[in-house]
Amino acid sequence: MTKMLALFKEEEKAAKATEALEKAGHTNENFDILTGSPYPEGAFGEAEPKHHLYVYPLVGAFVGFTMGLLLTIATQSAWPLVVGGKPILSIPAMMIPMYEGTMLGAILFTIGGIIFESRLPNLKGGLYDPRITEGYVGITIEVPKKNAGELQKLLEKAGAEEVLKREG
Amino acid sequence: MQQRVALPHKQINAELLNVTLKAPLWWWITVGVLGVFVLAALASVAVLVNKGLGVTGLNRPVMWGLFIVDFIFWIGISHAGVMLSAILRLSKAEWRRPATRAAEVLTVLSLLWAALHPVIHAGRLWRILYWAFPYDFSRGIWINIRSPLVWDPSAIFTYLTGSALFVIVALIPDLAVLRDRTTGIRHQIYSILAMGWRGTPRQWKLQIVAGFLLSALLLPVFVSVHSIVSWDFAVAISVEAWHVTIFAPYFVIGAVHSGVSAVVTMMVLMRWLFGWHSYIREEHIDALGRLLIVIATAWLYFFFLEFSFALFSRESQEIALRELQVFTWPWWPLFLTFLLAGYVIPVGLWLSKRVRRSWMMMFWTSLLVNIGMWLERLIIVIPGLSRKTPFSFDWGAYHPSLIEVTIIVGGYAFVFLLLLLFAKAFPLIPLFDIKEGQTLSEEIKIGRRTIPALRVEE
Repeated sequence: MTKMLALFKEEEKAAKATEALEKAGHTNENFDILTGSPYPEGAFGEAEPKHHLYVYPLVGAFVGFTMGLLLTIATQSAWPLVVGGKPILSIPAMMIPMYEGTMLGAILFTIGGIIFESRLPNLKGGLYDPRITEGYVGITIEVPKKNAGELQKLLEKAGAEEVLKREG
Repeated sequence: MQQRVALPHKQINAELLNVTLKAPLWWWITVGVLGVFVLAALASVAVLVNKGLGVTGLNRPVMWGLFIVDFIFWIGISHAGVMLSAILRLSKAEWRRPATRAAEVLTVLSLLWAALHPVIHAGRLWRILYWAFPYDFSRGIWINIRSPLVWDPSAIFTYLTGSALFVIVALIPDLAVLRDRTTGIRHQIYSILAMGWRGTPRQWKLQIVAGFLLSALLLPVFVSVHSIVSWDFAVAISVEAWHVTIFAPYFVIGAVHSGVSAVVTMMVLMRWLFGWHSYIREEHIDALGRLLIVIATAWLYFFFLEFSFALFSRESQEIALRELQVFTWPWWPLFLTFLLAGYVIPVGLWLSKRVRRSWMMMFWTSLLVNIGMWLERLIIVIPGLSRKTPFSFDWGAYHPSLIEVTIIVGGYAFVFLLLLLFAKAFPLIPLFDIKEGQTLSEEIKIGRRTIPALRVEE
């Protein structure tokens, strides 16, 4: 297989290139887009990314709440010392660490979710060019070696400034 | 009318990474000077630890002094960032773009310094562990969950962790820019930190969703933090002026007032120091100025309520305390300065568009607000404790010692130093956010006028 990265200076040309790819029989599941800043969804006809990020804070909040509940109940019950005439398990006071625990759990799980759902850390690397962060739009695609030449011509015809290739 | 300049991505990278990639001479000199102040503060902390709290001006009945005043002040400053960034993100305010990162970083750094105040205030720093962290399994003695002094660390820890992670997650795309623009060891470090970011639609989508999601999660935490700080005071029944039911919203809105003002000060400084004229524009401080008028007036409303409720009760202790705060030396000039600096002068000036669009005026008025708000905390903490109450033996005065003043001044240098160090390692304005703004902006013609417009994704 040959991995290819086509670099486009203008976003319009990149969008036209993805149209050409689709016409040539490559679905938007086959290619990926690399950009240096966010673009409106579907600007390059790419497949809509599916994710489950909204589940993470809910799970985290539940875990955090449980931890907060256990911490407040267990610690106060372990040494039941009455202070200021307050009950050992004072619900209003316990609610504060429980609330903070809930929010901390939700935040930590969300961060974990963002990293995981973004497929980071990306240890495999893949074809990349620093020009992407200078405003170039990159289209990555993997094709059988025998089709590589034909695809390169298609991308160059669509306006690619350069097409980088890697075998394997 | 908004002024927008279309800039190529390459130029945005070069301009916003000017200090990060090559620090100018002033940066090194400022870091050196600030470092001296920080060292002086560290030496003072060392003396405090060695000799004990006797080297401070703290004595019965005033056992909360400058450390606690400054603690509340810095917690307040820390509310700028996430509140500003979260609300502006959630409301998709276009002018948020150059302000969010700086505000979030200010949150983290000021919270870091704020959290150290109670530790230093304890005198024996290590003993904080006994009071605040549930760690002592062997002796079976645990923290007292019913004490507000335990609620505080739990809230601050959550807020600090959440805010720091918020900054880090939003930094990942910019770390990739730095990875692509550096060589050698710096390239290797940024490569590790960028975690192989490539800028796929999936990564961008999650980055945008993460901004909204974390904003929504951090907003309730930010409200809880200063509410809980206010409960350090409000649940104490012994001090008249502190035992107030509206303290939580009063503290929160006061924190927002001083915090957003601090963001204005910081943005003006960033424009001056880093030369980011194309990014931090008049429209930004104008918008912040208008926002501040609303925030400051809401704060004044709570201040009025707090004061009038105290007088309305007609309890002799409350009336006497207000008399001490408003009419007695040395408090009356401080009270007057606080009101003038915290509200009357800045808000009066911000009503003028010319002032709101003047960098110099916005710098000084926003600084004035924070002088006023610092005095507000001083007036709440010290006079309340100075008076003899049913739970204290006598009257007392408080004179901060040189050690305390050195630590407090060193703290300002510490936060500013960390900001400069951050600016050396990472961009203080999110590059990808600015670039996205450029992508989405366009000009439309209405009649004979051409005005900037923005395409907003649903």
